[in-house]
Amino acid sequence: MSWFKETFGSSIGRKFAMALSALFLIIFLLQHLIINLTSVFSEETFNSLSHFMGTNPVVQFALQPVLIIGVIFHFVMGFILEIRNKNAREVKYAKNEGGANSSWMSRNMIWSGLFILFFLGFHFADFWIPEIIHKYIEVHPDDPNRYYAETVHMFENPIRVGIYTLSFVFLALHLKHGFQSAFQSMGARHSKYTPMIKKIGDAYSIVVPALYIFIAVYHHFTQAI
Amino acid sequence: MSTANGLNLTLKVWRQKNNKDKGKLESYQVTDISPDSSFLEMMDILNEQLIDEGQDPVAFDHDCREGICGTCSMYINGEAHGPGRGITTCQLHMREFKNGDTIYIEPWRAKAFPVLKDLVVDRSGFDRIMAAGGFISVNTSGNTQDANNIPIPKLEADKAFDAATCIGCGACVASCKNASAMLFVSAKVSQFALLPQGRPEAAERVQNMVKQMDEEGFGNCSNTGACEVECPKGISLENIARMNREYLSASFKAEEA
Repeated sequence: MSWFKETFGSSIGRKFAMALSALFLIIFLLQHLIINLTSVFSEETFNSLSHFMGTNPVVQFALQPVLIIGVIFHFVMGFILEIRNKNAREVKYAKNEGGANSSWMSRNMIWSGLFILFFLGFHFADFWIPEIIHKYIEVHPDDPNRYYAETVHMFENPIRVGIYTLSFVFLALHLKHGFQSAFQSMGARHSKYTPMIKKIGDAYSIVVPALYIFIAVYHHFTQAI
Repeated sequence: MSTANGLNLTLKVWRQKNNKDKGKLESYQVTDISPDSSFLEMMDILNEQLIDEGQDPVAFDHDCREGICGTCSMYINGEAHGPGRGITTCQLHMREFKNGDTIYIEPWRAKAFPVLKDLVVDRSGFDRIMAAGGFISVNTSGNTQDANNIPIPKLEADKAFDAATCIGCGACVASCKNASAMLFVSAKVSQFALLPQGRPEAAERVQNMVKQMDEEGFGNCSNTGACEVECPKGISLENIARMNREYLSASFKAEEA
């Protein structure tokens, strides 16, 4: 498999792998958002979808590990690329006008990415690990109707809502460059389709994070009702 | 004797004795610079002044001084070839600056472009990338055949020509936050890949050139687009996407030797 090692060890191969994992995460974000959005419209639908996702063995033991591997791969490869890129310029410019030729988002993917990683760490400790303990360690009896109340209760805390809001702003910045960049890294560029990909990317990077923020803010302000 | 429009400027110039020296920015004053003079002429005036004062003149690369050779470099006020678009340093004029300005003049910064002296860097990494595959292995002179034997769509011919206008100056590497050479290499890959004469060796060519590019220590492409903006010849990012396609399809499809 030397060709495989050589291909994915090359600068183009690494970026291709980065782009593939990015597209996988973009699809995951949309799926996660659709389930979360149902909490705004229907307690029953949200509970049944959450129960399915939380108990279905294929989701839990096949898809969930793939997702975790995908996330870890994306940020580890991101760090590797960042280190290699930093090493490619040992002496910095005394004066550099990065803003004259490129966007802030494109130059700071590592920082927006690090903030998203911080949020993922928070989300794991705050939600995922307690869920795992609840289901597989303490082994509570299965309650298919617990999800809605638990989710709404989580957004009672304004600090949590603040962290969610800020994190999704960083996600928007990350996606603004990342969405179309993933296609370029895979060589998918065409005078007919690229303008459309860029428009879809712009819309995705604003609408998806905005809806995540909306869900958190909505549940926060409708607590007392 | 000073003129009405003459510019008085402070120059912060990178001075470095040789490859081993640490180097630092030195300040110089130049006075009464004509706005009509080119940036390199201003550098000539500075050097005359330094020679008169018994100091070592600033070493910088230059050759044709008409924007076609790709020799002049210089990172001026934070941009490759200075402010202005689609120009090399020799095409930059002093009218772009105001009286009293401070101008930073630095060499291309990249691990793969080591500084030799002052503003002169070693760009032979580009030559080694070209030697790894930037050619076609057939004799093209003396046995030219009729052009109608190998019809090429106009659009493809134009794209190949546009890619071939790359002068290998290295502004793409200097501008890229990762010191990536992807724009240069992709232009060279594209100019051959787009034409029938280049196709037989296309897979081998892109693999060898990318391998050499990585060995030279250039960074990865983050698709910021800075290279395309700063390129004096307007080489398009489309070439990078084409090289990615060429490389990936070559890697996945080529038989193992």
